[in-house]
This record gives sequence, C-alpha cells and structure tokens, in this order.
Amino acid sequence: MSFVEYGDTIKDGDTAIVFLGHESMFPVKVQHGTVTQTKYGVIRHSTDLIGKKYGSKVTCSKGGWVFILHPTPELWTMNLPHRTQILYSTDISIITMMLELKPGSIVCESGTGSGSLSHALIRTVAPTGHLYTVEFHQQRAEKAREEFREHGVEHLVTVTNQDVCKNGFGVSSIADAVFLDIPSPWEAIGHAKSALKTEGGRICSFSPCIEQVQRTCLAMEEYGFTEINTLEILLRVYNVKTVSLQIPDLGKAAEDNSSIGFDSSNPSKQGSPCANLQQGTVQFKSGVPLREMVGHTGYLTFATKS
Amino acid sequence: RKIIFEKQWFYLDNAIGHIYGTTFEVTSGGNLQPKQEVEETPTDTKEAGTDNRNIVDDGRSQRLTHDDIKALKDKGIKGQEIVQQLIENSTTFRDKTEFAQDKYIKKKKKKYEAVITIVKPSTRILSTMYYAREPGKINHLRYDTLAQMLTLGNIRAGNKTIVMETCAGLVLGAVMERMGGYGSIIQLYPGGGPVRAATSCFGFPKLFFDNLHEFPLSKVESLLSGTFSTETLPSEPEDNILVEEESNGLATEKQTSLQEPEEESAAEAAMENNQPEEQDSMDMSAEDAEFKENKEKEIKENVREKHRKQWERRKKLIETAALLGEKNADGLIVASKFHPTPVLLPLLEFVAPSRPFVVYCQYKEPLLDCYTKLRERGGVVNLKLSETWLRNYQVLPDRSHPKLTMSGGGGYLLSGTTVVLEKSKSDCSNSEALKMEEPSSKRCKVQDFHC
Repeated sequence: MSFVEYGDTIKDGDTAIVFLGHESMFPVKVQHGTVTQTKYGVIRHSTDLIGKKYGSKVTCSKGGWVFILHPTPELWTMNLPHRTQILYSTDISIITMMLELKPGSIVCESGTGSGSLSHALIRTVAPTGHLYTVEFHQQRAEKAREEFREHGVEHLVTVTNQDVCKNGFGVSSIADAVFLDIPSPWEAIGHAKSALKTEGGRICSFSPCIEQVQRTCLAMEEYGFTEINTLEILLRVYNVKTVSLQIPDLGKAAEDNSSIGFDSSNPSKQGSPCANLQQGTVQFKSGVPLREMVGHTGYLTFATKS
Repeated sequence: RKIIFEKQWFYLDNAIGHIYGTTFEVTSGGNLQPKQEVEETPTDTKEAGTDNRNIVDDGRSQRLTHDDIKALKDKGIKGQEIVQQLIENSTTFRDKTEFAQDKYIKKKKKKYEAVITIVKPSTRILSTMYYAREPGKINHLRYDTLAQMLTLGNIRAGNKTIVMETCAGLVLGAVMERMGGYGSIIQLYPGGGPVRAATSCFGFPKLFFDNLHEFPLSKVESLLSGTFSTETLPSEPEDNILVEEESNGLATEKQTSLQEPEEESAAEAAMENNQPEEQDSMDMSAEDAEFKENKEKEIKENVREKHRKQWERRKKLIETAALLGEKNADGLIVASKFHPTPVLLPLLEFVAPSRPFVVYCQYKEPLLDCYTKLRERGGVVNLKLSETWLRNYQVLPDRSHPKLTMSGGGGYLLSGTTVVLEKSKSDCSNSEALKMEEPSSKRCKVQDFHC
C-alpha cells in the first residue's frame, strides 16, 4: 500500500481503513502480532489482515464482520487524528481543480495542520511533482513528517518548520501553485508571489471570515495578482429513503381514493419496492437532505500570477 | 485565419510568441496588440454624490446620441476615449455615489474596451467555459461537480481508470490531465466512436494518448458473458457519420474558424471583462479539421489500406477487451446522458475491490434507483448521494456580498467504494449487508445483531 499507489494485498506496516458500516470507520496501522478491538470483536492483524486482499470482509471474534479498505486521501480525511481544524474533500476538490494541479506540479502549502489537504495534494502531483509545506507549530510539523513517512510519500513532500508570514516558504520561483490556510493570509501574499514561478501560477487562500477575505483580496491586488475570484462551496448529502404518505379520507369509497392517489405519483415505474401499496398510503423514493448540514467552512479566494 | 469571438473578429498571428496570460487589444484591422498595464485614469473630478435622492431617470442624462457614439466608433477611436466621452457627457455622473461611478465606468469599459487574454487550456478553464457556453453538451455538469468526481474517484497518475461519458470528452480530458500520461484509461463509448471534441482542446501531448483505449459499450454484455468476438465491430461508415454530426454541429454553432496546428491547437482566448465565467476557447472546432482531413483521406485510400486499418482497430479492440477482462480497474467514472443504473451495474464488474466509483447524473431520481439497485447487488460500501452548491462572491472594499445570481443546479453524484462481492449470494448475507448499510436509525439493531 501507499497513498500514491494501489496495492492488492494488505502488508505489514500498511495503514488500512476498517469499515464498520454506515460512515463508521477508523484507520489501523497493520503490524504483526497486534490486535485491534472493534465493537464486533477483535481483529488479529497477523491472521485476519496480512496477506488478505483490500476490500475483503474480515470476520471478527464475535462473529461480526468489517471490510478492510485501501487508504485514499479521501478516506484518510474522514479518519485522521485531528490536530487542527481540517479541510474536507468538498473544498479540497475545488481547490485542486482551481489551482490546476496535476502530476508534476510544484505546490506550496501553509499551514500543514493535520495534513488532510497535504495528502490530497501529494496524491495529485505524484509521481513527479513536489509539495513544500510550512508549519510554524513544531510538534505538528514533526507529526506530519512522521505520517508522511508512514504513508510512503515522504519523497514527495518537504515539511518546513517556520513562520510563513515572516520567513516565507523557503523556496523561490519554483511553484505552480500556492495554498494558504492561515489566520492572516494577507501577510503571506508577498512570500507566495516570490515562491511562484516567474512565468506565473495560481494561488488560493482559505478563510472562514469575510474580513479576512477582504484584506487578502486587497493584498493580492496590491501584488499584481489577476483574476481574483472568491467562492464558497457547500456539500449537500441525501439519505435515500422510501417514504409513505397517508391519503386523507375525504369520505369517498375506499377503492376510489386508493386508485386516484397512486396513478398520479407513478412510483411503480421506478421498479422499486414502492410498488407494494398499502391501503390508504402512497409510497415513493426520496433523497432526503440530512437534518443538519455544514453551512459554512470557509471562503476560497483564487487568483493568478501572470 | 479569422476568428470571431464576442462579436469581434481578429487574427491570432500577433499572439504567437507571447506568454500565456498576455492581454491583447483588438484593433480595427482585427490585429491583436499586447495591452500594457494601463495607469487607471481615475476621473479627475473626485466629485461624487452621497445618495440618489435627486437623481431622476428622465432618459436624457446622456447628452451623446446613438449616432454620435456610432460615429466615434466608426472613426476608430480607442474604446478608452469613448468611455471618457460618455462620462463627460453624462449629466448625472457627478451626482452619483463613488461606488455607482465605479460601476458605471466598469459597465462602459466592458462594452467599448475590447481586450482579450489568451490563457493556457486546463480543466478549470474548459469546464467553466463549457458550463457557461454549452451546458447541454456536457449534461449540465457544473465545474465544481466535475472537481468532486475527480477527487471522489481518487484520479491520479498510475491508475487504470474506466470512463464512460457523453460530455464531449470533457470528463475524459479532466481525467487525462490528472493522470498526466501515467497509467491507462479505458473509455467506453456508445454508438460508432468516442466523442473527444473537448479532449482535443486540452492540447495534450501525443504521449498521453498512448495509453488511452476505447471500447464500444455495445460489446460490454458479450465481454461479461464471455461470448465476445471482434467479428461484429461497429463499422467504419457508422463512425464517420457520428463524427460528421458532431463536427457539423460544432461548426455551425460556434462559427469559429480553424486554428493553425502550430499554435498549440488549444490556445484559448478569453474576454477580460471581470467575468472569468465568460471565458471561451476559440478552437472548439480545431479538431474538425483533423476529422475532415481524415475523412477525405479515407475516401482516397484504397481498399487495402482500409483493410489494414480495420485490422489495426480490431487488434486494439482485443487489447482493450483484455485490459477490461482482467477486472482489476482502479476506478470507474460515469457521466452520461443514459440512465445510470444499466451503465453502472455491469461496468462495476470490471473494477477491483476497494476502489472508488462515481456516477454523475443531471437528475436525482435515477440515482435513487441506482442506489437501491446497488444495495441489492452488494459489493459496495460507503454509498453517498450528494450535490454541491457553488456561490460566487463580489469582494470589494465595503461592497462585499454574494453575487446576485448563482447556478441553480450542477447535477448529482452517487459515489462509493467497491468491496469483494460475496461468492455465495445467499439471501442471508444479502439481507445482512443491507442491514449493515441501513441509515443510523437502524444502527442499534445492527449492533444487537452482531453482539
């Protein structure tokens, strides 16, 4: 396994994702002789995991079972140990596309934080690109280095422990793209500009507050960035449910009201189980929005250096 | 070669040799002139009103008439000067607030100062452009939705990806960009051949096409059942008809002429009018030339040549069938005009376990059906039906707010991860799998069951 290459079988030292069911998963480091407790019982790494195929069903001691998944940056994002607030895949997707990242791109990032975005960036720029990530918190920088090593991507990333606002990214004129997720991005725009290639590149700044965006945009303009564009992306997830609604009794004969109700909302055409009609109800399939959704993560401001 | 863009026509010859991102002005002769960074001449009079209580819309605030303006234009006067004239002849301009003045100038500049920026093609540019210009051709797949697909599908160098799309080759191009020529892509196509009009706009090096394979969708069933042979190939003429349709459609709609191949067949022109959404490429039909040339050649070619080609195609097809037959693809991307269920279910057979798949559909309902069918089939976890909303902002000092209009819909995605499909498809394991996937309300039950 590696975060930048698929492997078929689970090996000693791999990071694997244990999938328990419905959005419930956690990462494990596969090691000979180690055991992992789940609510379905114990998983013994030597016998239950090593040598098995990724995607297999593993039966735990209590007769329950789990699936073992190959790690991807997206699964990692959902399961990583938080050291800071992290960016989720919805924002990461649009960042990656709008920064025009691809294999071979050189990217600068600050701060590293919990490495959620870092893993996605490394995945995209591999095998010939590189990520220069700057984190001013020493412990977090250390931890990130350790994770990159464990995940087999250390050759694609350089972690620098310094203050990006004061000392910049530690590189100049080599980056195709810069990403900033820091409290005062406007103080780093100058450094970002010098990190970008002379022939140009893209920049993105992530800020939760509009005041931060305001100052960042002014700084970008001052430094001659063009195509400045601020946007926000929201993810809506739907639960797929079969819903049944009662038909009110308007005093009509029973046979009548059932037939009228169903014909208008042709649920049976979808070939779904809603065909089994009960007296006085209409069933249909619906994508129901979750009761609560993420309403705001941050504003993303993009610009071009040309 | 003459190119028409946003009611302007011009020649691209002068643009050669400049770096991407250079801004040009269109002169009367249709020539492009690099535009220098203009010192914004702020209206000398820093006079401005505070509110609009005294501004009356009597339709006479502009003292220049239509004919006056036309005369100015005909004289070939620079757009900038026309704007200045308009301001000077506006009686209400001075009474407007500073912000309203700004807005007025911007609007006039947009109309009279024709500037064009030539930028490098990328998924960002092309998907934004297609969504704004030709949403019908890409099934209304908004660019942020495409971005989600690439991420959810874990598209990266080295993968073996299966793509089934009817989005003019835009999705294919996006996948190719992210794979950077490493790994392989198998494109499944309906009809006589794959459509790659948008793909050619990317200007990929030839190397990227070495590992791009195609396979007709109509052969999938036979491949799965093991009765696949190459005898009943989609025939060549069919191929041409389809291609012709596509190219004709493009040519008439876009009214663009062709570009020199030396010019990086996918150079991109964009109006620089503070509306990056309106960017457009000039070479939508660049590949029409290729197709037409090919067609003419084909006509001239003798029978033997044709046979040789057919044989080559057959060989390629067998190779692709073998690649699919390994059933170890690293991912599946579907974005088509077809109902997703019959496309997804058979194609998932070709995907290895623990790999992501993403299906796009413009409508939610077919994906609800697809979701149910996938649950019945099993072999998938982490199913998610989602949609993204995109909101653009205007950020200006003291005037920051969401943009007035936002896109109503950019389609829906159904994504998930494959797992090893139980060999004994007994009812018991099936219902078990179903239970395990039930929404959280049922989770306690599942726990009981397991403990």
